[in-house]
Amino acid sequence: MVAARDIDRDIGGDDMLADIRRIAESVPDPELVVVNVGDLGIIRDLRRDGHAVEIDVTPTYSACPATLAIELAIETAVAAQGHEARVRRVLAPAWTTDWITPAGRAKLKQAGIAPPSPRGDGNGGHDYFARPQVACPRCDSLDTTELSAFGATACKAQYRCLSCHEPFDYFKCL
Amino acid sequence: MTGRDELADDLAGDLADDLLALLLRIGDDHLILGHRLSEWCGHAPMLEEDLALPNMALDLIGTARMCYGYAAEIEGGGRGEDDYAFLRDGTDFRHMLMVERPNGDFAHTMLRQFLFAAWMHPLWDGLTGAPDARLADHAGKAVKEMAYHIRHSGEWVIRLGDGTAESARRMRAALDDLGPYIGEMFESDDTAARLVAAGLLPDPAAVRVAFDSTVARTFTMAQLPPLEISTGISGGRAGRHGEALGHLLAEMQFMQRAYPGLTW
Ligand SMILES: [Zn+2]
Repeated sequence: MVAARDIDRDIGGDDMLADIRRIAESVPDPELVVVNVGDLGIIRDLRRDGHAVEIDVTPTYSACPATLAIELAIETAVAAQGHEARVRRVLAPAWTTDWITPAGRAKLKQAGIAPPSPRGDGNGGHDYFARPQVACPRCDSLDTTELSAFGATACKAQYRCLSCHEPFDYFKCL
Repeated sequence: MTGRDELADDLAGDLADDLLALLLRIGDDHLILGHRLSEWCGHAPMLEEDLALPNMALDLIGTARMCYGYAAEIEGGGRGEDDYAFLRDGTDFRHMLMVERPNGDFAHTMLRQFLFAAWMHPLWDGLTGAPDARLADHAGKAVKEMAYHIRHSGEWVIRLGDGTAESARRMRAALDDLGPYIGEMFESDDTAARLVAAGLLPDPAAVRVAFDSTVARTFTMAQLPPLEISTGISGGRAGRHGEALGHLLAEMQFMQRAYPGLTW
């Protein structure tokens, strides 16, 4: 750690950190541009470290190809505002879809993507063949059916609404 | 380094070696099976499966990356994850033989995926409380992925096993082919025994109970005969592999062998 006077000289106080957090949180998810990093809840902490700010980010899925892209995008966005940022990848505790903020869930639904069910929908338990109850993002009907357990990205499955007949993506619960 | 209390930092030498061995066993199981699943990309019998198989492969390769990255830190010899995947010879791989078997037909691939996930799910479940933060954290993610794989592949085992005469014949043929390789999952040795004692592997008996229960429930619905696990064929954990691995590595490692030091 550096002495307090160095921090004051190199970088501003809490206002500055809040500013940097806001910049970092506004970075869109490259694979799911309707939500940003703040909506996903993956920024865990940030702190001053000499000239730079260190930002703790927890990846979403274990092999999500977007992980590196998100980290670079955060560093780039913060640098564009004149600050030096370094992303630190923090694996514990593991991200869960429960960390998606209410605003993030609302944005997903508005984009036609059913937000993840609260956990305990069969993915972590032992009733392997259980299905979550997924509401249609357009008409809120619970009369929906899974078309494909895997979708266009690692985080989504494909569903269809049996009430309004529209197909939609479901953000899988983790 | 993340600065968390990773067990490897203060492990006695023997246990660090055991943890390294475990990471290569699990990592190799996942890499090789992940590669087999990726071979289906563009060849699956329907569009949904063309999405499903590479997605499942991606989960498996994610676990392999965690294992190799952690192994590299423990080993401390400057090797990275790509070195483990692409620059080791067949006899250096420690996966069980089932995962290197050629894909066969769709029934064969789905049954193998189901058996693998039914075994890994309770194994990860037991590791979520392991006294090693890195392993325990990853287990928390992987246990959910394996539950999803069980659901997806298990539904195909049921649909094909309890389907037409032809699909049932194929599922039974897959079971006949894979049956002798199942016993290797439950083999133990001195390394495994020390890991169990240290809490770095769950009790194999408990894993077996969970595996048996998942398989029994699914096989009943699939109209398949009860699974009987015999001693069967093994040797993968000691680096004794079949001909199939040589062909797999020739394809998987071609780029890094032909262009040493290549980066994307
Ligand atoms: Zn609807």
